Amino acid sequence: MDIFLQQMVNGLLLGSIYALVALGYTMVYGILGLINFAHGDIVMVGAMVTLSTIGVLEGHLPIGVILLVACLVAIVVCVLMGLLLERVAYRPLRHAPRLAPLITAIGVSLLIQYSAALIWGKQYIALPELFKPSQYVWAGVEINALQIFIFVLALLIMASLALFVKHTRLGRAMQATEQNADSATLMGVNTTGVIALTFAIGAAIGAVAGVMIDLYYGQAHYFMGFLLGLKAFTAAVLGGIGHIGGAMLGGLLLGVIESLSAGYIGDLTGGLFGSNYRDVFTFFVLIGVLMLRPSGLLGRATTERA
Amino acid sequence: MSLLKVEGLQVHYGGIQALKAINFEVKQGERVALIGANGAGKTTTLKAIAGLLKLQQGHIFFNGNAIDNTPAHARVGLGIALVPEGRGVFAHLTVADNLLMGAYLRHDRTNIRSDLERYYALFPRLAQRQKQWAGTLSGGEQQMLAIARALMSRPRLLLLDEPSMGLAPLIVKQIFNTLIEITQEGVTLLLVEQNAKLALQTCERAYVLDEGLVSLSGAANDLLKDPKVIHAYLGA
Repeated sequence: MDIFLQQMVNGLLLGSIYALVALGYTMVYGILGLINFAHGDIVMVGAMVTLSTIGVLEGHLPIGVILLVACLVAIVVCVLMGLLLERVAYRPLRHAPRLAPLITAIGVSLLIQYSAALIWGKQYIALPELFKPSQYVWAGVEINALQIFIFVLALLIMASLALFVKHTRLGRAMQATEQNADSATLMGVNTTGVIALTFAIGAAIGAVAGVMIDLYYGQAHYFMGFLLGLKAFTAAVLGGIGHIGGAMLGGLLLGVIESLSAGYIGDLTGGLFGSNYRDVFTFFVLIGVLMLRPSGLLGRATTERA
Repeated sequence: MSLLKVEGLQVHYGGIQALKAINFEVKQGERVALIGANGAGKTTTLKAIAGLLKLQQGHIFFNGNAIDNTPAHARVGLGIALVPEGRGVFAHLTVADNLLMGAYLRHDRTNIRSDLERYYALFPRLAQRQKQWAGTLSGGEQQMLAIARALMSRPRLLLLDEPSMGLAPLIVKQIFNTLIEITQEGVTLLLVEQNAKLALQTCERAYVLDEGLVSLSGAANDLLKDPKVIHAYLGA
């Protein structure tokens, strides 16, 4: 039981980070029908930039200020990257066949990875130990203050995004553009601007996820955006791609599934498979869910738009 | 002065020349119809005026200014609103949110509120369904929603594309009566309609489009009696 609770807590924490990354995939997919494979790499850049900023500022400022500044720098860099990507790589292909932007996305992803390898090198970069978060034990479950902070912040970001999209004028414009871009134009919405805004919001949230990954794993690597992106994309599909609530649910679920399979896979298979097979198990779950619900857990049955 | 003036309009659409050289004008406060067969270029003309299609040649003047290079979303701010063919409601937004989208460029909150009330009064079925997704409405209700949504931008010129399409005659009658009521309050109307008789009975003047050109024009009452129009479009 202790293991179960502990893995649930770990899973929800990890899942909240997946959910933040998944939002970037799902928002862009919703509005453009495009899978922005470079999104995971933007998160990676956010994590790397954060480490560099911390490296520069360490010892000169209080820890809280350093983290805040590092986070802001990461957000600015990632948002600029997201906007540039949209402008240079995707906008010219807006009316091209769907395969063209998809291939472009893969190309951009590789470009970012290897640029990052040039800038930061191919080795893991470690987060310096900035402070010792206080540790809590409750009902046999260990959790530290930093983990609680990450989880609460992730939930706050998700709630704010949901409120923004549902209840503000710009949020409505995003939904309208997603549902019928021509009609949105006829309402006076600058849909090009709304699409750019969508990329910017996704990148900003991704940057924060990058910071959280630094804090959670204590390290970052130029290639980590690949698997992270794949998992976050999986989470988005699991929840129903294009659906913001779905990305949140899918992310949390994916984290929990991964965590539980890491905790139990050894026992269940009599030691044949170790916890390093957790990703295999996770993707099995995805395939299973999609066989039963092809549009994802919260997704609408896909119908062609008029 | 004419509110809308179209001069030598040429538009290519999917590799064919949909409009060859269209000329016409609409005066402030008028109700004008564009009629013609399928593929004559009626919808293309409206889309070009709204800015959804690019012109190859010609000019569109609105309120005396050329708007050829004004992007579509900015034309809404000038006072042009198009109710597109097929209505184009936001299926997964509520009726109320669809109407608020119509007021996207406006910032006068109190007037937006009163306009909402006004269109709910004009179309009571929309009031009953405010919180429903627009995609769950019937065709007639969606058409009412699309018209009310366009009016929420407080347009000077309302462009309507095939509002009667696929609707029961009783609903069509209701909608057209409401349209006349609205234009009497100062909104100028340019109506594209397959049902030529209905269009000519609703509007004061009309232009007949034929293969991308204006082939006939005049007062609606005269056109209703014109043997060529009767033969080709009124099915007598």
